[in-house]
Amino acid sequence: MSRIITFSQAIREAMVEEMRRNPDVFLMGEDVGLFGGVFGVSAGMFDEFGPERVRDTPISETAIVGAGLGAALMGMRPIVEIMFADFVTVAMDQVVNQVAKARYMSGGKADAPLTIRLANGAPGAAASQHSQSPEAWFMNIPGLKIAIPATPRDAKGLLKTAIRGVDPVLFFEHKGLYNTLGEVPDEDYAIPFGQATYHCHGSAATVIALGGVLPTVMNAAAHLADAGIEIEVVDPRTLVPLDIETLVQSVKKTHRAVIVHEAHRRGGPGAEIAALLAEQALPYLDAPILRVATANVPIPYNPDLEHAILPDANDVISAVTNLISYRL
Amino acid sequence: MSPNRFQLYRRMALIREFELRAIRERRNGLIPGFIHACVGQEATAVGACTALRPDDVITSTHRGHGHLIAKGGDPRYMMAELAARGVGYCGGKGGSLHMADFNLGILGANGIVAGGIPMAVGAALAFQMRNEQRIALAFFGDGAVNEGAFHEAANLAGLWKLPVIFFCENNLYGEGTPQHRQAPLRDLAQRAASYGFPGVIIDGNDVMAVYEATTQAAERARAGEGPTFIEGKTYRYRGHYEGDPMVYRSQEELAAWKARDPIRRWRERLLASGDAQASELEIIDKEVQEQLDEAVAFAKASPPPPLEAALAGVYGHDHDGRIF
Repeated sequence: MSRIITFSQAIREAMVEEMRRNPDVFLMGEDVGLFGGVFGVSAGMFDEFGPERVRDTPISETAIVGAGLGAALMGMRPIVEIMFADFVTVAMDQVVNQVAKARYMSGGKADAPLTIRLANGAPGAAASQHSQSPEAWFMNIPGLKIAIPATPRDAKGLLKTAIRGVDPVLFFEHKGLYNTLGEVPDEDYAIPFGQATYHCHGSAATVIALGGVLPTVMNAAAHLADAGIEIEVVDPRTLVPLDIETLVQSVKKTHRAVIVHEAHRRGGPGAEIAALLAEQALPYLDAPILRVATANVPIPYNPDLEHAILPDANDVISAVTNLISYRL
Repeated sequence: MSPNRFQLYRRMALIREFELRAIRERRNGLIPGFIHACVGQEATAVGACTALRPDDVITSTHRGHGHLIAKGGDPRYMMAELAARGVGYCGGKGGSLHMADFNLGILGANGIVAGGIPMAVGAALAFQMRNEQRIALAFFGDGAVNEGAFHEAANLAGLWKLPVIFFCENNLYGEGTPQHRQAPLRDLAQRAASYGFPGVIIDGNDVMAVYEATTQAAERARAGEGPTFIEGKTYRYRGHYEGDPMVYRSQEELAAWKARDPIRRWRERLLASGDAQASELEIIDKEVQEQLDEAVAFAKASPPPPLEAALAGVYGHDHDGRIF
């Protein structure tokens, strides 16, 4: 049996169910308790679990992440929330030098089961410091795992895996997805990291969709299907580990690849995926690998300017049609 | 409960000798990386850790060898780690700056001066949430109180009355710049007031003063009354790192501090009070020499890690069933 719930509810259900299951799991962050989270993700949890386990913190990202690490090293399983992913910069030493390296520096001894939830993405006229998608920054830091779910089902299942794991996870939640609906199983389930999923099958091109762009990509897929072009939409779901095998498999079938993400184009996740596809699937490609991504500018405040620099369905449609008409 | 007076002496002597051996073995080429020696600061490490219980935890700094030994670290595995050997505390992958032994409650030395402080606060949070009688102690230097991590962590600990001790070893220099050119305060313990907990200033070269102050802070923490900031005034005889030209301080200043040497002072106190005979302390000195001979020999005889170890231990073997 399954139910239809929002992405936001799915995240809350994962946290609530894990907190009921395991007393070591707790949530802490700015406004997560009494307020219920600035996006309402933790609404009601304060009432169920109380101020000890749904902990409001000062605006101190370094202390939130660092204390999360210390508690994790002592056997707790903290979930810490970075209200806007942009604010993780304040905690960068903790994330990069402490959390990511705790296990390796200690010769593999330290388990650091810390889940860091970060709300990323635009649009929303939130301007340059409340709109970023910084997930690629952390792909360059060995020791971190990175989840970037796009559906309620995946959000719930991946978050459970993060909370139950033994390694630190950055869990990116695109703000534009919070109110989107999707089916989730009624029973307890977890989705392993490093397993991509297909959102539709086709042979015209492989479109790799990361996180918040999935609705945009599915919209483009519908338009392309109306024109008789069937694309394959593949969602890696986690960037680290990355299921490159499934992406290569799809490209072997379609011979064309487009990567779509909301992170900036330069050095974004698409750059790494494109490099891996070039290394592992070049003989199967009939056209260059394309990226549809946010322009290399800070996110502007004006909504028209903002929309102009973000990837949209037309950008995806153009990329696919260009690839199809491409001749070597 | 009063501490074992011989044990205080032995631990301080062990730290001093460990550092002198490490300095020598670095020159001899056994130790490939840089080290920051704590010669002169033995009393803060030993006085503080002796006041802790075995299941209490500490975070340490880049000048952390003394903290590890004081918390029960084994000089053999420490020397092996400095020598980058596979049996070292971190399998030869951490070195001086990252030595840790979770079984002894040593959460790690740290390359970032205030980097371990939030971690200690988080450990204290875990103890508080589980109603355990354990506490955490964060060692850091005078340089660390000017990094944001200290302030965020101190505020959180004060707010939640966490069982944590902020132990500042003020050796008067943050790297190569004197404290008075880094902060507009003479006494860094003043900073505690703004986070709602007491700041205590002690002679960091008096091991008993350190022990007593830490014992009081630990009692306060275990009683649920929250953190204490202890500032131990001390001095390092060596440079910030081995090889530091030390242009920033005078020989006179160094000599004045050597006249207040923590080990000699404790030795003289034990002899003057009749608590120890010179012959008893000489036996300890000899045993310490032997222990370090053994540690160096152990490090030299241990093989380096296999090259494939470089790629292991980034992630755990978790339920994903994947290692990558």
